[in-house]
Amino acid sequence: MELMFDILSWIFLLGGSFFCLTGAVGLLRFPEFFSRIHAASLTDTLGASLILIGLMLQAGWKLALPKLILILVFSLLAGTTASHAMAKAALKSGLRPLDQEEGRRKRERQED
Amino acid sequence: MRHTLALSILLSAFWLVNSGHYTPLLLFFMLASVAAIVSLSRYMDVVDGEAQPLNITFTLPIYLFWLAKEVVLANIVVATRVWQGKESISPRTIEVTASQKTDLGKVIYANSITLTPGTVSIDLEGDTIIVHALDEQSAAGLLTGEMDRRVRRVAG
Repeated sequence: MELMFDILSWIFLLGGSFFCLTGAVGLLRFPEFFSRIHAASLTDTLGASLILIGLMLQAGWKLALPKLILILVFSLLAGTTASHAMAKAALKSGLRPLDQEEGRRKRERQED
Repeated sequence: MRHTLALSILLSAFWLVNSGHYTPLLLFFMLASVAAIVSLSRYMDVVDGEAQPLNITFTLPIYLFWLAKEVVLANIVVATRVWQGKESISPRTIEVTASQKTDLGKVIYANSITLTPGTVSIDLEGDTIIVHALDEQSAAGLLTGEMDRRVRRVAG
């Protein structure tokens, strides 16, 4: 039984690590700010969740379990709020998403 | 009164989970600190249906399960896009309508959009949410309006 929980926990931990790594690669690969936010949200959501679920399985029925659940809840709430705040701040300070930027360049070229 | 009670129970549970020490003296400190925070909150007039939306207590968990499923599926889509490289994405900005009447419903909807990888809500003006989507698939999933319907069921 103990071994089963250990194996399951390792599957979750490795899965979470994979999504964190994917988020980091996406952050480097994607071309501009707004698409990079999407890559970062991989790390925020499934990356963090799977790692915390893996840790919950390691913790067992102890006080660490509800604490890990609280960490999960708060990190999910904080992650979305931060993503939204950054996206809104970027838009307000004049950074335009790529599709609009391309559209504007095309229009300018036609005017020329 | 209901909201005061809910806040007290929530704070006590939070204290019990985080403490791990259950001697009479420390439990007395818990009661004292909870009473202090609750009375301060009442004095600040923030103990109401906005801070403790009790009406969604039982409908929210069902929605959260559905949302968790959507988040996992969206994660897989975005992870695929990452490994396929930047040629596979086509970022776009779309507008969706939040049909919820209450502010709480709109906030839950906008936050759910941001929580799902592939879509980020950038701005909320009136009933319109401006969403940045990573590719066509993410945008199309949102434009079906299923999330909007489900949030409306939770918090009209």
